[in-house]
Amino acid sequence: MFYREVGQFKSTYAADMAIFPIRQDRIGIAVMLGLAVIAIPLVANDFVLASIMIPGLVFTLAAIGLNILTGYAGQISLGTGAFMGVGAYAAFKMASAFPQVNVIVWILASGVFSAGVGVVFGLPSLRIKGLYLAVTTLAAQFFLDWCFVRVGWLTDYSSSGAIEAARRSLFGIAITGPEATPLARYFVVLGLVVLLTFVASNLVHGRIGRTWMMVRDMDIAAELMGVRLLPAKLLAFAVSSYFAGVAGAMMVFFWLGAAEPSAFGISLSFQVLFMVIIGGLGSMIGSYFGAAFIWALPVLIKFTPNLFGIEIQSATVEHANSMIVGALIIFFLIVEPHGLAKLWAVTKQKLRVWPFPW
Amino acid sequence: MDLLTAIFVDPFVRMGTNPTFLVQVIWEGFVSGVLYALVALGFVLIFKASGVFNFAQGIMVVFAALALVGLHEKGVPAWPALLVATGVMLILAIGIERVVLRPLVNQPDIILLMATIGLTRFLVGLGEMVFGGEPKVMITEALGIPTGILRIPLFGKSLILKEIDMTAAVVAILMVAFLAVFFARTKIGRALRAVADDHQAALSVGISLNRIWVIVWFAAGIVALVTGIMWGARSQVSFDLEVIALKALPVLILGGFTSVPGAIVGGLMIGIGEKIGEIYWGRLLGGGIESWLAYLIALAFLLFRPQGLFGEKIIERV
Amino acid sequence: MRSSLPPIAKGEPILQVENISLSFGGVNALTDVSFDILAGEVRAIIGPNGAGKTSMLNVINGFYHPQVGRVIHRGEARTGRKPHEAARRGIGRTFQNVALFKGLSTLDNIMAGRTLKMTRGFFWQCLRFGPALNEEIDHRRKVEEIIDFLEIEHIRKVPVGKLPYGLKKRVELGRALAQEPELLLLDEPMAGMNLEEKEDMSRFILDIRETFGTTIALIEHDMGVVMDLSDRVVVLEYGRKIADGTPDEVQNDPVVIDAYLGRSH
Repeated sequence: MFYREVGQFKSTYAADMAIFPIRQDRIGIAVMLGLAVIAIPLVANDFVLASIMIPGLVFTLAAIGLNILTGYAGQISLGTGAFMGVGAYAAFKMASAFPQVNVIVWILASGVFSAGVGVVFGLPSLRIKGLYLAVTTLAAQFFLDWCFVRVGWLTDYSSSGAIEAARRSLFGIAITGPEATPLARYFVVLGLVVLLTFVASNLVHGRIGRTWMMVRDMDIAAELMGVRLLPAKLLAFAVSSYFAGVAGAMMVFFWLGAAEPSAFGISLSFQVLFMVIIGGLGSMIGSYFGAAFIWALPVLIKFTPNLFGIEIQSATVEHANSMIVGALIIFFLIVEPHGLAKLWAVTKQKLRVWPFPW
Repeated sequence: MDLLTAIFVDPFVRMGTNPTFLVQVIWEGFVSGVLYALVALGFVLIFKASGVFNFAQGIMVVFAALALVGLHEKGVPAWPALLVATGVMLILAIGIERVVLRPLVNQPDIILLMATIGLTRFLVGLGEMVFGGEPKVMITEALGIPTGILRIPLFGKSLILKEIDMTAAVVAILMVAFLAVFFARTKIGRALRAVADDHQAALSVGISLNRIWVIVWFAAGIVALVTGIMWGARSQVSFDLEVIALKALPVLILGGFTSVPGAIVGGLMIGIGEKIGEIYWGRLLGGGIESWLAYLIALAFLLFRPQGLFGEKIIERV
Repeated sequence: MRSSLPPIAKGEPILQVENISLSFGGVNALTDVSFDILAGEVRAIIGPNGAGKTSMLNVINGFYHPQVGRVIHRGEARTGRKPHEAARRGIGRTFQNVALFKGLSTLDNIMAGRTLKMTRGFFWQCLRFGPALNEEIDHRRKVEEIIDFLEIEHIRKVPVGKLPYGLKKRVELGRALAQEPELLLLDEPMAGMNLEEKEDMSRFILDIRETFGTTIALIEHDMGVVMDLSDRVVVLEYGRKIADGTPDEVQNDPVVIDAYLGRSH
């Protein structure tokens, strides 16, 4: 089947404004979902599920969160890691305080706390912008880091300072804690990430998303259209931090099982930022690409030389990974600021006219 | 009431009853402040000349120090190694100008900032790849830096001053003085100030932006090398410095992004302020507040005086 | 939004500025300027470069707040208001150096003008279903009318960053129109255009007044255009008002001639 929009005439504005206006795209998404729900669980082993798919999806959610703030609303943040931490600790506290309520409820609610914290640290965005705001978010990062270490109440005074996901179940199947199988956790993570992607995608395609992009592209003109800058920016901070918080909670409950305060340090913030830049600023699909790429790159670097019989040390992998990621960030910023998502769009454009590109 | 006493009375009582210790704390803060100021200085140079918010200044400090120590480990004597390390910084400056700055000219600030974050990542990988990731010991003795300890009697007790710290302060002062003279008196300095004032106008009188950028990044590289030696001598050379170097950001907010005196005063204020805060008030909060106090001070500044102590007032044109 | 404002009869003052003085750090941009804009007219503000014309629009909009004087809009003093409040009270605006949202398409830029008129809240926006979608479609219909009106159908989905200058100006006008303003401020709508584009733009401006009954205040350098389009002209020089009247009166005013041609000594 060719990738064509020929013959697909849109007779209503609704059809023209759909998020995937071309039929092949809709089919493509359905196929991807089918693969994720049916094929991957069938073929993937526990290692792939637990160490690639689950973290990949969790990072995707975090990247979507940061992309809303940085890519859509144009406010850079270096504090994503800390906001993820707020979600993780909030979910931990609530899940242990009210064990009778389903853990998924608490995971979704944990984002509300990080949203609140995000709004507090977003308040200075009224008076300062761009680079200065980056420093504000650094303040959030270091202050919250400190709280995670020093405020014993957050960890229920655990002696190790770490938080642990207790055993919780859904429909009688364990989904968190040591007994939960990777498959069960994968399905829960997949469901939540798809649901939240749907919400994020709706938001950025409607009035609110347009307001954010107006603020990003030309704030004075946005004011002239009647946009109040502070509420618009704060909403971006809140929504972005909500996604980060839920991602953080999922990170502890469905991926790591336990986490120390250092898990939410500044290097996590940077990792998510790199995903957003490489995936594409201001693109939902880019968040998926970016998370997949950054998460899979070390694995690729590790296993590719193996195919040629070359043994490669894990330290070397880490260093090479750092260099490649750094170089790619600069490369993408120079050549294609919209990242992998734009390359994807270009490929689709090429496909549309293939095989007669003239 | 107890809390109020703990906040407003106790610390001052402690300061008053042991003034020697207070002076000691201020001295320690002063020395870290000098080092913050040095990182901030490299940053201001670059920001003035090219408008780039150089996130990589911290990693440049680590990289320079690592190059020096790494070369020495490979058997190069200390002074030639210093020379080669300087050369490495020059090559780095040229490389950055060619590969990063030139293609990104006229991009929004936020893109340039992200590019330097990418640069940081790259340099971390490169540094670890070439020199190894484990912490190293600075070749303090080989460079002839004194490492003794001076005890000065003061208020009946003795004040402990490390000679390394004193050297760091003296070297920093010398370097700032040298840079000030260099930029005030030489042709290159004049060109740099012209570029800082107005890129377009500087271009139109025949100043080569690319050359100025290389010079400035090289100057920042030398500042980074000196900072790296001093910092490394006080603790050790490791990638942890990268995070500590982020402290330069609050320093810059205090001092203003374009002001050299601002970087110095801001650095000293942050250095001394966070030490005093940690020692006398940190206990109330469970300690470790050094990690964020500087950022919070900066935040307060941002809300009330966004242009910093010495920055120019920003008038926004519509 | 506009329907919520009571209509103003043609010929009544819609906006008055009284004794406006504005200075930046000791430099006077405007000194004691007063004039009014009547409903339904095309009011031109002219003057040499640096006369304070754009500053005047910024005062009316609320981007600048004058140190002295009052802005009276629809009979109420509105001197200290913010730009978004001006937008809510039916004032639209275009900029001298096109201030479009460069990451958005033509369509989205004009949709941006409808922001205030869209009311569905956060919850429905999350679902993009039912009311939120219907609202989006209703506004899309309005936007398509404006696109038709300005004859820019062919660039509907093109990101505005890629458009030539003349079209950008047209899209910006479309965005202001989408707000359905009662008073439209145009800052040099024809700067940098060739003759043909200027004619198009003049036609649009007159059409806008005819079709939507919009009051228009414009800054323009092309004297021919100003004299043809406007009902009344106010002339500024060095931040002061030096003349105010019909195009004919202003054209023959010796003070104005001096200002433009230089004084004979």
